[in-house]
Amino acid sequence: MSLVFYLLSALAVAGALSAVLLKNTVHCALALTVAFAGLALLFLELDAQFAGFAQILVYIGAVAILIVFAILLTRGSETPKDGVYSRNWLAGLVIAAAVFAVLGWAVLQSAWTLPHETAVPAVTVHDIGVALVGRYVLPLEIVALLLTAATIGAVIVARHEKEEAK
Amino acid sequence: MTPLAGYLLVAALMFAIGLAGALTRRNAILVLIGIELMLNAANLNLIAFWRYSPHPEALTGMMFAIFSIAVAAAEAAVGLGLVISIHRHAHTTDLDHMNRMKG
Repeated sequence: MSLVFYLLSALAVAGALSAVLLKNTVHCALALTVAFAGLALLFLELDAQFAGFAQILVYIGAVAILIVFAILLTRGSETPKDGVYSRNWLAGLVIAAAVFAVLGWAVLQSAWTLPHETAVPAVTVHDIGVALVGRYVLPLEIVALLLTAATIGAVIVARHEKEEAK
Repeated sequence: MTPLAGYLLVAALMFAIGLAGALTRRNAILVLIGIELMLNAANLNLIAFWRYSPHPEALTGMMFAIFSIAVAAAEAAVGLGLVISIHRHAHTTDLDHMNRMKG
């Protein structure tokens, strides 16, 4: 366990915590960007360069910007007067703590069976591209179809329907 | 503790934080942020298992993570479109006030 790992996980966890806990919604979206960046750096630390840069492009470049747009379009940046947490927040907190306890217990119980340090995998972006159009070409096409359908669906759902209102 | 166990613990912690956010916040967009955090924690698990697997050159975990990122992007687009549409109808994004399915 290197110092870099501790620093990057502290960055990611701190970003996630502030994204969940902060009162102002815009601040939450910015903290979420920090969490995404921390995770992308963890991917790079895991020698997964392609996944790390895809994470930066897709999450920081697209999803975070989309969330900021949605917050501004729905005027969600105004902090509500009756608190930002729902009525049954205690139950949600207990459920989340229980899930973390079970997951952490499972990881710690099986820690001695997990593999130790292995050699750095010699995988290049070229290998990933060949695999994407070779063995994984059908999932790739299905994901392309899904992305097209989701984009069209999002536009249709969020569209103004003025002519029907008249 | 092996490095893989450390990554798995960080992923479990991020999943729990995302779950807590999705379950306790009022604003629908914050709930979506919590769901995104949970998906990212799962991606970290996939990449960590790929890195410490006996055959990383098979690229199984890496491909799973890449497709998971694509599906999460589609989910975010549709989810935020729904939130904007609901805000136009009900003039709120407060989930405690969204108790009707009829517009």
